[in-house]
Amino acid sequence: MSGTATAAGDTVPGPKGGPRTAASGDGARAPRGPRPGRTALFLLAPGALALLFTYAMPLVWVVRMALNEPLDGGAIRQTLTFGTFTQVLRDGHYWKVIGQTLQLGVLVTVFTLLLAYPVALFLARTTSRWRSLLMALAVAPLLISSVARTFGWMAILGNQGLINKTLQALALTDGPLPLANNMTGVVIASVEIYMPFAILAMISGFGRLEPELERAAASLGANRLAVLRRVVLPLTLPGVLTAALLVFVLSLSGYVTPRLIGGGRVFVLATEIYDEAITSLNWPVAAVLSVLLLVLFGIVIVLYQRAQRALERRFTGEKGASR
Amino acid sequence: MNTHPAGRILRAVLLTLLYLFLLAPIIVVFVESFDDSTYLRFPPEGFTLDAYRQVFANADFRSGIQVSAVTAAVTTLLALVTGVPAALALTRLRFRGRDAVESAFLSPLLVPHIVLGLALLVLFAPIPLTDTYWGLILAHLGVTVPYVVRTVSAALAGADPRAEEAARTLGAGRFTVLRRVTLPAALPGLVSGAIIAFLLSFDETVISLFVSGQSTRPLPVAVLQYVEYRSDPSIAALSVCLVLLSVAAVVVVERSLGLRRSLRS
Repeated sequence: MSGTATAAGDTVPGPKGGPRTAASGDGARAPRGPRPGRTALFLLAPGALALLFTYAMPLVWVVRMALNEPLDGGAIRQTLTFGTFTQVLRDGHYWKVIGQTLQLGVLVTVFTLLLAYPVALFLARTTSRWRSLLMALAVAPLLISSVARTFGWMAILGNQGLINKTLQALALTDGPLPLANNMTGVVIASVEIYMPFAILAMISGFGRLEPELERAAASLGANRLAVLRRVVLPLTLPGVLTAALLVFVLSLSGYVTPRLIGGGRVFVLATEIYDEAITSLNWPVAAVLSVLLLVLFGIVIVLYQRAQRALERRFTGEKGASR
Repeated sequence: MNTHPAGRILRAVLLTLLYLFLLAPIIVVFVESFDDSTYLRFPPEGFTLDAYRQVFANADFRSGIQVSAVTAAVTTLLALVTGVPAALALTRLRFRGRDAVESAFLSPLLVPHIVLGLALLVLFAPIPLTDTYWGLILAHLGVTVPYVVRTVSAALAGADPRAEEAARTLGAGRFTVLRRVTLPAALPGLVSGAIIAFLLSFDETVISLFVSGQSTRPLPVAVLQYVEYRSDPSIAALSVCLVLLSVAAVVVVERSLGLRRSLRS
């Protein structure tokens, strides 16, 4: 079938005498031109060039910047030294920043997973006719600028905000609860902002979840809790893991929410990178912090891949045992 | 599934609360946009459309909308021009190192925007490309191309290559096949890739913070800098306008694509 296709196609002259010459290289698996290598190069070149200039080169430049030495007043001495790295790693302030970044990442990830899981599970299993509407509502916040949503949270969490006004109207508290300009507020707002990502990631990872399995377990006498713990949870674990990676990585590098809700009192790597680069004009230190953030990302992704492989092994192992 | 009515009610209450939490800031922003006070408070005590008038009276927001719209339009065009051929090569051709090339094309998705923003500043500042339209467009291109490659690849992978083979059998040239068979089949992917690219660029905040300046300040940066020092309902009004805009874009495209698809079958 494919052979005839190319043979017939070759009787028609190629457009502008393109690179198509003979049908010799055409196999059944490559129905396209005879030299896929050259065509691929031609097709990939524009995108590769774009990413080279807007992604690869900047990253090389920032790593190079980390090896320079900052001088007073924003001046930079071109050199090749790890001096800036050791300067940063010896400074207790930066360790505190790294610690807060990790703390924020862990707290946000745990709460986001806890809140997103019931929604994702419901959306994955429901047969309701409202399903597509509920699905759209769950991911609708993604369409809205995170600046706008963070602003909404300022209106809820601020001293004059919804929560504090309600509490005071009910005379439950004397003064306003400190919900903004601190870590608590940043965690609450971040959880909401990353929930749609988590829900999407979970649902796409819930492929193994089949209602038949739950029904089978129930008919074999398992109660609802046992079904959830022994059937549903293990089957949805891959989706939860992907969501965890996504949320953790996003919250490690988030900038808008810590800056706006943090009110200048929550210091994480992202706000620190911006302040060093733009306010202090200390590009080498900003670059060092960026490299540290990338290293952190690398570690997290390696851990994720290990966990994924372990999970995969357990699944195939169980399958092998049951056969 | 659920046999106990109590369990079913409990589940409904839990889901309602979770949805309320998820949608809380949007609801608050919507209500807040009609408030008549000059500072942030909730619930509002008066009703007015002043905030909407303020948005369009604010020169920073007006120029921000223009900068963001131009940047997003050009970025989308460039992302399609560079991303679609790459997606074609990755899904329709077999060549050595295909998997490596694919992960290279998707790898910008893994780099935090705060790092990419600083990196682009370090590269662009000496050229100088900072505080220019081209600087912004190129900065946004790096983060939009992977999304275009991914959505178009997914659409192409879903389209049946046998239709293309059949067209070749019937004597169509390679360009004709591409124009008349392959690209129409991938049209939904192309359109959603374009929308994602446009919205990403229009909404891009962190990277823009590093490479934009006084003369080219995109809307999200203008809003962020405004919110930092003042918080009044005009930001809420602006947010509502933006939400309506993006919802309208999605609905229009969904409708037109759906219509097209139903016409063809």
